[in-house]
Amino acid sequence: MDFNYTDEQNALRDTLSRYIAKDYGFEQRRALAKSEIGFSRDHWKQFADLGLLALPFPEDVGGLNGNAVDTMLVMEAFGRGLVLEPYLSTVVVAGGLIRDAGSAAQKEELLPAIAGGELMLALAHYERGARYEVSRVDTAAKADGSGWKLSGSKGVVLGGGASDKLLVSASTGKGVSLFLVDSNATGVSVRSYMTQDGGRAAEIALSNVAVGADALVGPEGGALPLVERALDYGIAALCAESVGIMAALDEATLEYLKTRKQFGQPIGRFQALQHRMVDMVIATEQARSMAMMAAVKADSPDAAERRRAISAAKAYIGQQARFVGQQAVQLHGGMGVVDELNVSHWFKRLTLIDLTFGNTDHHLGLFSDTLLAA
Amino acid sequence: MDLNYTPEEQAFRAEVRAFVTTQLPADIGAKVKGGKRLAKDDFVRWQKALHEKGWGATMWPQKFGGTGWSAVQQHIFEEECAEAGAPMQLPFGLKMVAPVIMAFGNQAQKDTFLPRIVDGTDWWCQGYSEPGSGSDLASLKTKAERQGDHYVVNGQKTWNTLGQYADWIFCLVRTSSEGRPQEGISFLLIDMKTPGITVRPIIMNDGEHEINEVWFEDVKVPAQNLVGEENKGWTYAKFLLGHERTGIAGVGRSKAALKHLKEIARQETAAGRPMIEDARFRDRIAQVELELMALEITNMRVLSAEKEKKGGHAMGPEASILKIKGSEIQQTIAELQMQALGHYALPWLPEALDPAWPGEPVGADYAAPLSGHYFNYRKTTIYGGSNEIQKNIIAQMILGL
Repeated sequence: MDFNYTDEQNALRDTLSRYIAKDYGFEQRRALAKSEIGFSRDHWKQFADLGLLALPFPEDVGGLNGNAVDTMLVMEAFGRGLVLEPYLSTVVVAGGLIRDAGSAAQKEELLPAIAGGELMLALAHYERGARYEVSRVDTAAKADGSGWKLSGSKGVVLGGGASDKLLVSASTGKGVSLFLVDSNATGVSVRSYMTQDGGRAAEIALSNVAVGADALVGPEGGALPLVERALDYGIAALCAESVGIMAALDEATLEYLKTRKQFGQPIGRFQALQHRMVDMVIATEQARSMAMMAAVKADSPDAAERRRAISAAKAYIGQQARFVGQQAVQLHGGMGVVDELNVSHWFKRLTLIDLTFGNTDHHLGLFSDTLLAA
Repeated sequence: MDLNYTPEEQAFRAEVRAFVTTQLPADIGAKVKGGKRLAKDDFVRWQKALHEKGWGATMWPQKFGGTGWSAVQQHIFEEECAEAGAPMQLPFGLKMVAPVIMAFGNQAQKDTFLPRIVDGTDWWCQGYSEPGSGSDLASLKTKAERQGDHYVVNGQKTWNTLGQYADWIFCLVRTSSEGRPQEGISFLLIDMKTPGITVRPIIMNDGEHEINEVWFEDVKVPAQNLVGEENKGWTYAKFLLGHERTGIAGVGRSKAALKHLKEIARQETAAGRPMIEDARFRDRIAQVELELMALEITNMRVLSAEKEKKGGHAMGPEASILKIKGSEIQQTIAELQMQALGHYALPWLPEALDPAWPGEPVGADYAAPLSGHYFNYRKTTIYGGSNEIQKNIIAQMILGL
């Protein structure tokens, strides 16, 4: 066991924290969230220049061969900065899926393009009514000549509106399979909208969308373990993002307790508030421990071990993030519920992270069920 | 960063396991696992066995006979000991008075006391709290008056754990009433056989005799038993509390207790099904397991950082986090063990805690100690500085509030 970061990882952290502090100011971010696409292509280009978009990909396709701990450091910084760019959907989830399951040709076509910032990709998997159940896919793919025709609909596809291509899961006779679909292909309709935290997601409908044989990603009927693994990378990343936000909320709240005066003294003099602040800090440290575990286990080839660790982290961090978010708002008083202060934005993002890729109850259930087997 | 054990660490675990599983006397292991009453001799035999292996004081610096283990090795050791059913190594000598003697004692005190702690010869107990001085420890009143080459001690200590077996007690005593209360306190080592000392049992809520009041009436203590300087005892006392919190997370023991809880939940039935299949109950087990998983990593993060910072010496205020979470988890597991029994948590059979008791258990054979354990473990958020005091420490020392 080793709790230290490598020199490269420390350098990455420094770069990221400087970038967030200097180039990702709160007011800029608010303006971006309200813009047409909801993020900045310039930022995306800068991410490419910094190597962030190449981070988790192998060197032979222009990647930096980073691991989930590297991704954790990126996401922690992105949490603090409330970064809007679709890093999670393009690089971590969809990019991770292509890296792990794509054919040589697909990797060569897609990964360098992602790394260079020229291509955005999103996993279109969840469907309305399936809630968080990964295995429930009603979208169908019918063999059509040498290719396929896809029909169905996908819900709350993160980053779906800005994506050049979609990774669509659909059932064939052999089970759930994955297909690469151009977002502007005939029969694809994308309804993009703003999410509660200023991000973007989309409802996507497919009506007899024709794709070639080479659109299949991974084996026909073999998509579920691949999707699950990609979502687990995404969950580990979301856990790290939560921890970045929680640490930022702790700092902001502590500062507020020291400066806000009532009854002639800083409110941080009151023991009721001191102990609440301590509880927030403890929750954050415990969450950080679980985010580390999630990052390390996300790379585990043992699916059962990975499932247990990832669900443990998602459930636990969801609970701690809810506590820290709600208390940060409470301790800020009225200032905690206004749009002009970053506290409410961090709180909303934490709340949405819990609801993404399985909420606390969902993952507590998955973790709890592993107790039956042990 | 890597949270997986290295091959060296796995080999170390195998070495510890091989030792503990073969050298822990079987009768002691059975008592600990069965929740039976432990005798003084059980603790002493285990301490002597560890000492012979060179592992009597794993947390001490090497120059005093410690092992120089990393935080991860220390964790593995504690985990394996707990898993095998080893009794806890009592902290009063090893983790409390010894570090104070090492840091502030004179050479004669180091030579006299330290070897007898690690080899299990001397049993130490603690004289800190008084009836009027709990969280506000600095208000303590037990008085030591210097008379020639000795002190005369008068007063009363309380919440003294297992002092009925003790050879020595370390005491905070008032040697001056000038200035702030903290400035008139001294740290004295007192032989429990000295005339004038009376130990009176306090019976705990589980019916057991674990703690005592200790009365001092004109007790003559040689001045050479003063540690460090007169009236500087408060500094040493705070130093000691920092050490007490090492290992207080109790991760190894809680993991063993959680395993026991799951076994119980597989045995106990509700509506014809094992309790573990009851989602409402299983989720409560899962919840405490999440807390423990997080604490295990937090514990090693804190201990590893401390080692790098201070060469393995006193703990900083971060240790308060470990105390708070560790004690809460211990209590929750104890509560769930009791809850798993349903109404078979009601019978009180103190005689069943006697390892030699030949009687039939009421209900399952694991049932008898569980309710008492729950009641007893309410102490964990109170002792060692209550969790509210720990939060004050974090608020002041870490957060600057």
